[in-house]
Amino acid sequence: MSIETVEVTGGTAARTRTGPFLSLVKALGRGWLRDRSQVFFTLLLPLMFMVLLASVFGSTDDAASRLIVVGDAQVFADAEPGDFAISEQSDLETALDAMRDGDADAVVVVEGSGAGTVVRIYPSATSATAGSIAEEKITSYVNGQNLEILSLVAGEEPPLITEVEAADGGSLKPIQYLAPGILAWGIAISGVFGAAGTIVDWKRDKLLRRLRLTPASVRTFLGAKVSVMLAVALGQTAVFLAVAALGFGLELSAWTWFAAPLVLLGTLAFLAIGVVIGGIAQTSPAAAGLSNLVTMPMAFVSGAFYPLALSPEWVQWISYASPMRYLNEALQSVVVYGEPPSAVLPQIGFLAAFAAVVALFSWKTFKFDEL
Amino acid sequence: MDAAIEVADLRKTYRGRRTGEVRAVDGVSFRVERGEFFGILGPNGAGKTTTLEIVEGLRKPDSGTVRLLGRSPWPHSPELTGRLGVQLQASAFFEFLTAREQIETFAELYGAGKARAAEMLEIVGLAEHANMRCEKLSGGQQQRLSIACALVGDPELVFLDEPTAALDPQARRNLWDLMRSINAEGRTVVLTTHYMEEAEALCDRVAIMDAGKIRAIDSPAGFVRGLDAPTRVTVAAGQLTGERVQELAAGEAVAASEAAVVFETRDPRKLLTALASDGALEGLSVRTANLEDVFLHVTGREWRG
Ligand SMILES: Nc1ncnc2c1ncn2[C@@H]1O[C@H](COP(=O)(O)OP(=O)(O)OP(=O)(O)O)[C@@H](O)[C@H]1O
Ligand SMILES: [Mg+2]
Repeated sequence: MSIETVEVTGGTAARTRTGPFLSLVKALGRGWLRDRSQVFFTLLLPLMFMVLLASVFGSTDDAASRLIVVGDAQVFADAEPGDFAISEQSDLETALDAMRDGDADAVVVVEGSGAGTVVRIYPSATSATAGSIAEEKITSYVNGQNLEILSLVAGEEPPLITEVEAADGGSLKPIQYLAPGILAWGIAISGVFGAAGTIVDWKRDKLLRRLRLTPASVRTFLGAKVSVMLAVALGQTAVFLAVAALGFGLELSAWTWFAAPLVLLGTLAFLAIGVVIGGIAQTSPAAAGLSNLVTMPMAFVSGAFYPLALSPEWVQWISYASPMRYLNEALQSVVVYGEPPSAVLPQIGFLAAFAAVVALFSWKTFKFDEL
Repeated sequence: MDAAIEVADLRKTYRGRRTGEVRAVDGVSFRVERGEFFGILGPNGAGKTTTLEIVEGLRKPDSGTVRLLGRSPWPHSPELTGRLGVQLQASAFFEFLTAREQIETFAELYGAGKARAAEMLEIVGLAEHANMRCEKLSGGQQQRLSIACALVGDPELVFLDEPTAALDPQARRNLWDLMRSINAEGRTVVLTTHYMEEAEALCDRVAIMDAGKIRAIDSPAGFVRGLDAPTRVTVAAGQLTGERVQELAAGEAVAASEAAVVFETRDPRKLLTALASDGALEGLSVRTANLEDVFLHVTGREWRG
């Protein structure tokens, strides 16, 4: 009777088999899709952060920079309408107070008039991004004015002209530098939390032990798990960039597709961190706590939420050790500035080295007996 | 042909920082023939699971050797694991999958098809719960699904670690039938249990394990015979005179209380015939020695499984 069974299953097997790897990918992928909290965590949380941060920084988006001018406001007479919203104030201290309350992006003191006028800018520290954008705009306006004056003086011969192309944070819309940072952060949390949570789950539910006793090798299973996580990262990236582009006006460069290999590499680095955490933690809350402990500070020292250029120097130093910094930089270069992949080779090198070192460390220290 | 399992002098000590050393398995040897139904019976913490895990190749012993179907379980080889079916003490499932998806995935890992998966669900009585998520199944249903996953690869050698632990009496009987039938198909079955009656009902041979050691191995009947314990025959009091009681006891132990008379006899047939001819069968119960007595005998401790 059992021989009959073997024949029957053998026959069907030939028709319906998908192979161990694919069936594991299918099982794990399905599990992932049905886990609402995972879907929320990887897809919606980064989008929520984007909405949040874009509305915090976004008030300066396209809108006029709000200036309080102390002195002769006529200096700004030639400005494009809509560039600046100007109010006047006679006292510097009062003006600065008003700015601290969030009523202005910058205070401008105009000293003197005609040639030799000094325009002194006090950018807002309260809303630093708006402040730096205002600063940028004022500087370029003043430069433009100087240029006009010089060309008048020089007559036929034009003076040296600089043409400033949009190339750095200040002259970009906030979404342009926010999006890569939040994406890098999203990739980081799903990688770290995902790997740490998975390992703690395995410690609890012994699934890996059971799978070790099937003819499929553990390597096949780990490969399937990592493949699912990489696919999730790609899906997350696609959804995020699509929403950022369609909903928030992120301008995607022609090199945007190169975000895919960057995200995959970054995910490997974050998965490795997650494996180390999963090795240490014994329960899900512990894994989540430790993951937070690693990813939250990492986000703040990596320029994910807040431009590194505006961060204190010590933060910038720490950021050199953070893989999120390099993923953020690389995504920004490729997606926003449209630089070719060759421009981000150093970032790629660091991410690869980081992933390799941490993976090696977790492999060596991992207690496989606990699984 | 090689034995299904040959285990020699296994030892495993767990070392915990706070718990100190636990000698979970302390010099265990046994041999299971092909086609045999072998049971490991012991109380909580006896070392049954640890022994099984070492035999399956999930844990490395500190010392000792294991041969499974003539080969070492370590390192893992697909040829060997493909011939094993394993149900671990804690059910292990893919998260968020339905019972059907679960067993189909396992079927795929063993190279079996969807038809076989469906057949197994039918056999363990889960066909109508096939579309239910695993985590929503009751404890006993999960247990059955886990057994179905163990059998889906059509294994030669099946390990079942306390398969009936969470089952209601009805489901337990059904599972006993299932286990008997998989053994009858020629598969070797290794079962751990705390239930005396389960070991008695199913196993060809039983190893009694306590505190990391196997205290004795025999067939359930052999154990009881070896124990040479009297059969206890009880009848309600008031049917026999004191004299007649002494006469029937024929020098063997007897205890009379207000409610009942309890004979301990080595010749139950003669006693029962005599009781029948006296018409003193009210409240009759006959209890032969069972594994519980055997356990007391071999370990010197009361059974508290
Ligand atoms: N991973 C582990 N680390 C440390 N000690 C362990 C571990 N697993 C089991 N033990 C200890 O080893 C001993 C034997 O455990 P084991 O699980 O083998 O017993 P068991 O006979 O299967 O018990 P049960 O009937 O409760 O399943 C116990 O004292 C237990 O506390
Ligand atoms: Mg056990």
